[in-house]
Order: sequence, then C-alpha cells, then structure tokens
Amino acid sequence: MAEEMRIVLRNMGKIDPLKIEDYINAGGYKSLEKARQMGQEALMEEVKKSGLRGRGGAGFNCGMKWSFSYKVQSEQKYVVCNADEGEPGTYKDRTIMENDPQSVLEGMAICGYAIGANKGYIYCRGEYPYVVDILNQAIAQAKEKGVLGDFDIEVRMGAGAYVCGEESALIESIEGNRGEPRFKPPFPPVIGLWQKPTIVNNVETFANIPIILEKGADWYKSIGAEKYPGTKVVTLTGDVNNRTVFEVPTNTSIRQVIYDFGGGIRGGKKFKAVQIGGTSGGFIPESMLDTPIDFDSMTVIGAVLGSGAVFVMDETRDIVNVVARIAGFFEHESCGKCSPCREGTKRIHEMMEKLDAGQGSGGDLSLLERLGTVMTKACLCGLGQAAPSPVLTTLKNFNSEYQAKLN
Amino acid sequence: MADYKEIINRYKDLPGGIIEAYHALQREYSFIPEDSIAYAAQVFDLPLAKAYGVATFYSYLKVGERGKNVIRICESAPCHVAGAKEVVNALEKELGIKMGESTADGKFTLEFCECVGQCQATPVITVNSKPYGDITPEKIPGILAAYK
Repeated sequence: MAEEMRIVLRNMGKIDPLKIEDYINAGGYKSLEKARQMGQEALMEEVKKSGLRGRGGAGFNCGMKWSFSYKVQSEQKYVVCNADEGEPGTYKDRTIMENDPQSVLEGMAICGYAIGANKGYIYCRGEYPYVVDILNQAIAQAKEKGVLGDFDIEVRMGAGAYVCGEESALIESIEGNRGEPRFKPPFPPVIGLWQKPTIVNNVETFANIPIILEKGADWYKSIGAEKYPGTKVVTLTGDVNNRTVFEVPTNTSIRQVIYDFGGGIRGGKKFKAVQIGGTSGGFIPESMLDTPIDFDSMTVIGAVLGSGAVFVMDETRDIVNVVARIAGFFEHESCGKCSPCREGTKRIHEMMEKLDAGQGSGGDLSLLERLGTVMTKACLCGLGQAAPSPVLTTLKNFNSEYQAKLN
Repeated sequence: MADYKEIINRYKDLPGGIIEAYHALQREYSFIPEDSIAYAAQVFDLPLAKAYGVATFYSYLKVGERGKNVIRICESAPCHVAGAKEVVNALEKELGIKMGESTADGKFTLEFCECVGQCQATPVITVNSKPYGDITPEKIPGILAAYK
C-alpha cells in the first residue's frame, strides 16, 4: 500500500497557521536565512539541481526560470505567487495556504533574494476571500517579526476568470486590466509585471522551496520520479470513497492514487474513467492506470499531471454528457482574444451538446477531431490549446460512448 | 451605506487598483453600481470603455443591481456529476425564481458559477462567497433560512 509523504504539507495539522511563532518553532524562516548566506548564484544552482519543476501545470525547471530574471539588469523586479487556483477539481493551493501560509511567504522571499526583487504579489482567486484574510494576517505577522527583511508582499484578488491562471493574463489582471494573455516572447521572467522582470510561480512551487534548502537538493532529487522529483499534492473528487487531499511522491501510480489513497470507487461500482490535472486534462481509461503521475509519464499517455486534480467517474457516468459540460466551461472561460479559441470553444460546445442530445452524426465526430487538433496548435495560450483535450482523449479512449449516442 | 465615490477613492493610489476597488464596491452593495464605473474611469485615469471592459470581463464582478444575498451554484464537471441540477431545481423552487433572477424583495439572486475550489464536498453552493458543501435539495431551506 502506497504511503503519503508530506513535504509541502509538513506542517498541516501540526501548527496554528495564524501563529507565525508556530512556524518559526518548526524551523520556519531558517531557509531564508540560509539562502542569504549562500548568495544568489549558489542558491539558484541548488534549486536548479533539486530538479523542482513548476507545480502549476507547465512543469518548467524552477531554478532555471529564476535565473532568467536574475540575469536581466533592472532596478525593479517582481515575484508573483499564482494562487488563482481555478482548475475545476483542484483545491490544493487553498489547502496549502489555509494550513501553512508562512511557507509560501518564505518561498517567495527566497525567490526575491535570488533574482533581486524586493516586492512580491500573491494573486489569489476572488472565490477565496477567506484565504485572502489568512494571507493578509500571515503577511502582517511576518512584517511585525521582521522575518521578510526588505521584501514586501501584497495580496491582490482575482475576479473569477479561469484564464488568469495563465501567467501573462495574471500579470495583466494585477495591472488592473482585462485578464487577456500576452503574445510571447517576451516571457514574464524578462518582461513581466509593469514591464519588469517577473517570476510567476505556483503556490505549491513556492511552498517546496524552504524545505529544499533545509534538506538539500540531493535529498529532494531522490524523492519520486527521476525527471520530476519530489511530491505532488493531489485532490480527489468524483466517485471515489475518499474525496480529500493527499501528498504523494511523484512516482506513485494513478491506480495507487485512486485505490490506495482514494479508497476505490464509491458504492461498490466499477471504474470507468479518470480525468487528471483539472478540467483541461485528458480522460484516462482503466488500461492506463498503472502510469506514474509524474509530468513526463503522463505526457506519454496523452494526458497531463496539470494541477493534480483527480476526477474519478464510475461505470454509470455518461462520458459524452460530462465532456459536453466541460465544453460549456471552456466556451464561458475563453477570453476572446484569439479567434481559434473564441470560435473553437463555441463550436466544440455546440457539437458536444448536439451529440449529448443524441442528434449528432459520424461527421460531427470527424469535425470535432479536426477542430480540436487545429486549436491545440493555433490558439494563443494554454487555455485554448488544452481546451480540446477532454474531447480528443475521449474520442480516442472512449469512442464507443460517442458511437452509442449517434443519431 | 458608504458613497461609491468614497470607496473608489480609497484605491486611487494603488497601481492597477481598479479591480480591488470593484471588489470593495461589491462587498458594500453586492454589485457594482452602474454609475460608479464612470467615476472609477476618472479616478484611475482610464477611458470609460476600459473601465467597463474590466468590470464586465470578470465573472465574479456584476455590473448593475442584484440581490443582497448572492447564491452561486457551481456547474463545473465534479459538481455536475454530483447532482448540481437537482440543487438548482431545489433553489429555484424554494425562492420562486429562475437561475439568473433576483427575488422581488431584493434579498436573493441565483447565479451559476464555475469551480469554487471546494471539490471535496460536491455539489457546492456559495452564499455571499461562503461555501456550503455536500448539498442536497433537502438542505436548501435550512441554509437559506439564515439569510431571510
């Protein structure tokens, strides 16, 4: 039986998240001190060597990302924490911030030191006003204790736009604009918030930083999958017995997540499908359940690790109906800036509704596949590129579900 | 109630602060008063079109009146399969209005929303952003009673 491994959530249930003394007594802020003694370049090298890759879904080497901003000469740089957790089925960042907000602040301050930034923003989704309160209290306590030094952190609220999870859209939103993604390059580490070098990392990524410095890159690298080391906080939803949050090494298999941690399918029913990584993730059939959850292994099977959401569906679920609902989500959340996404998500939704109502034809299936493939290549940002994934993976892995509903 | 001008003025010096100002208006009124947008445009030195553009881009912001208590029901996939539709029916029946409408006394508005990040307890509704999980039609009258 696979066992949980709490690195990011090491303090969960053990400390009072609203008492900075508890965090400090548990060894908190020693890593920031250590980072400052190491010097910027050695620090970045250590983070790079740990193999830590972004936990928001893109999986880019964290230390390498930091080094891009470090190399740019600028009188002002920024550190931004992406807490715009909007992927349906995901509640890991909320769990981290509610249980150990100081670990996120410390991770941000370490990043600030590394790249030479004295200002940080946490962009927290508008649906979490109660988390914003926790963060503001945590920041006030850190300032009072003086642990952050000259590094300042401010919380900004998102306002219900899924696309703002994309880093350049998030930056636009902090600037007070519509959250529309920018054309890239330039990338945010070079030209970001208010045109200054900006590192945007996910909550979970920042929360990993203090412990990596405490225990060392070699220790971290030895955990989980070789090319995506460490742990992943996963959140289970849907038809599993334990709908809750777990932190597991990244070489844990999907089957272990669902059966060992999730306790199997509810009501003694059989498994039909699991969608991992949020609502833009691929649908995975039984035959692929022994795949490890790490970034690269998931890519090989045409799926993603994404945010780590694990949405399980039992044998009674109507796949076409679920995908039609998801298609509606993307039509709603498309920002409209680029036409392949604006028009594509609308047409996919239209066709999925038609198929769900039993009025679709075989021709619709080929059109869906063609449109979906075009969108993965032609859309401006990750939203549009990933939006067809539930459709394309179900056409491939659950084709009989579509055939059964054709007119 | 605080004057919307006074609320917006508090954010005048905050770079990119228009969204924070809109949030503050919503905390006070539960919506963004239509007239306040022109004032926000002036304070943040933006064209009126842009101030509207920002206010209408974000689904959490609502321009124009809505009820004092905003009930949102998540229709994202995990809530969808967990029976969000039955919860919608129960809410509509209890309040005598349809989704997207407000009660005549101005106390409640019903809205759809996407994921609110409480997926350990699907289906989920929020009342003024406070989440209520594992909702069944039977639980609705009890939850709403606290806001009546």
